[in-house]
Amino acid sequence: MDQFVINLIFVGSSFALYIGIAIWARAGSTSDFYAAGRGVNPIVNGAATAADWMSAASFISMAGLIAAVGYGNSTFLMGWTGGYVILALLLAPYLRKFGRFTVPDFIGDRFYSQTARLVAVISLLVMSITYVIGQMTGAAVAFSRFLEVDSTTGLFIASAVVFAYAVLGGMKGITYTQLAQYVVLIIAYTIPAVFISLQLTGNPLPQLGLFSTHTETGQPLLQTLNEVLMELGFNDYTGNHGSTFNMVLFTLSLMIGTAGLPHVIIRFFTVPKVADARTSAGWALVFIALLYTVAPAVGAMARLNIITTLYPEGVQGEPLAFDNKPDWMLNWENTGLLRFEDKNGDGLIQYYNEANPPQRAIDEGWEGNEMVLFNNDILVLANPEIANLPGWVIGLIAAGGLAAALSTAAGLLLAISSAVSHDLIKSMINPGISEKGELLAARISMAFAIALATWLALNPPGFAAQTVALAFGLAASSLFPAIMMGIFSKKMNSTGAITGMIVGLGSTVLYIFTYLGWFFIPGTNMLPNTPENWLFGISPLSFGAVGAALNFIAAFIVMKISAPVPVEIEELVESIRVPKGAGDAVAH
Amino acid sequence: MSDKSTDAYWKANVRIITICMVIWALVSFGFGIVLRPLLAGIPIGGTDLGFWFAQQGSMLTFIALVFYYRWYMNKLDLEFGVEE
Repeated sequence: MDQFVINLIFVGSSFALYIGIAIWARAGSTSDFYAAGRGVNPIVNGAATAADWMSAASFISMAGLIAAVGYGNSTFLMGWTGGYVILALLLAPYLRKFGRFTVPDFIGDRFYSQTARLVAVISLLVMSITYVIGQMTGAAVAFSRFLEVDSTTGLFIASAVVFAYAVLGGMKGITYTQLAQYVVLIIAYTIPAVFISLQLTGNPLPQLGLFSTHTETGQPLLQTLNEVLMELGFNDYTGNHGSTFNMVLFTLSLMIGTAGLPHVIIRFFTVPKVADARTSAGWALVFIALLYTVAPAVGAMARLNIITTLYPEGVQGEPLAFDNKPDWMLNWENTGLLRFEDKNGDGLIQYYNEANPPQRAIDEGWEGNEMVLFNNDILVLANPEIANLPGWVIGLIAAGGLAAALSTAAGLLLAISSAVSHDLIKSMINPGISEKGELLAARISMAFAIALATWLALNPPGFAAQTVALAFGLAASSLFPAIMMGIFSKKMNSTGAITGMIVGLGSTVLYIFTYLGWFFIPGTNMLPNTPENWLFGISPLSFGAVGAALNFIAAFIVMKISAPVPVEIEELVESIRVPKGAGDAVAH
Repeated sequence: MSDKSTDAYWKANVRIITICMVIWALVSFGFGIVLRPLLAGIPIGGTDLGFWFAQQGSMLTFIALVFYYRWYMNKLDLEFGVEE
């Protein structure tokens, strides 16, 4: 059967499943819409959280990022999972006990201030919209490759599908759709990895395969990879070649950013009890780790497979001829994400590090690396083709990549719509709004957010990875410290918290824009984005952790010199700290 | 529940959180990054133990921590009679 037809069957049937679930679990009340009626089983919620959390960045980009750098990009693995320990221990149980629907709800009530609520709403909207653009772009890339349409058409298909189930279903629909999406994406990710691990090491578990013996050379896989990379003039895979200080800061930023992302936090409002919020965070982490422990194996094995493809007779032998390129290279060259150039006109593809040319390149007078472009994002999607796996595996991975992008987009849209309808309209503008009116407002704001994200993704202002970094930096520096102080400090007052959020948010935005350009518009940056120009050598990507520290410091200084917290707020904090009575919480 | 036992419950909670967070930092920032040179002598599958912690070990520890905390807190909730 034609590959296109296979892709169509896999993608089409998975979508039919999601939309069917969305219709089956339609939301009838605001409680259904925002919090799935608070009746979600903690394990189901864990899987839904995992799908909600694992975006196009986790599914499509992460293994490629690890493959490109090796050890140095372990930051993504530790950072994006370590945040769940913070969530489970420091945030989720208390926010569930608090018993409302949204993050701004908590901040507004705990800090008894509409200004605090408004600052929280603004932070949430900025970070969620920037994040959702990335998801839409990711979905568009996957559609255009696998359905063989142009990326604009791919984007419109993605918007239509997200619109259908997010708007109709609300949180209840999303929860069960995300459960289905988790199953699709984890199967899609694991199957090719198992096959590849078997091919290279004979071990069916990729997690163990990574540290096993490479069948062909008889020595450990990672040692083989290190050796071939170094022979081609690259850094070894397992060594540390960057700044340890930045690695620590970047990991920390990703961790607290994860814990501060509103679309993840709201998932813990959907379980029946406080104890279930703890359980649910544990299961979410298990389901996430199923993919995250496979990713480093996928990265290392794919890197080795690419080198073997380009040097079929070993790195000292003759490289691959242009005429013998496998189909996957031709397919991906069409997308513009992979490019070769015969610089010395010998008809062979020389692949090596031209910045640090190996002896062989000097001896033979090669004229530069001839794989001139390899976009890391294609690695996971192309992986089954690189390893010569059957067509149905390729169809499966297409469905998985789309599931990852769409589930996260839906979760983000839900966080956006709740912030607008619940926190902005119901809590601040029109408290008398009916439940029906609130639901309608939520759906309209969701439709509006989809339209905005689609439009921004049509005209991308030249950013993808940067926006995700900004979303994490914003979450880390604004919402996370405010929530944490709200729970762990009885004395933190409104003036302190508001100042903290503004200082954290402001400093992070300023630092990122200084190096990456105002609103990421190229050419408007005030300093070149190179390590020599960074303040104390801190990369803009790692600044979220610093922003969070500034938030805490500013909040405590201002708290000391402003009016103390009212007694009833101290009582509120005490009640959040004990699980008993969460069932009585009301949807105000 | 009296204020005194609320305080004791919260203190026990903060203590276990602190212990868990110390382990959390030790396996990730510690073994995975800063203390990796100390583990360089322990080989594992073509590399060293620090690499394993950075790419797998810290995640497995995180899971263990969250489930341990859950188990401990459920016990504590019952002890202090604050369970739901």
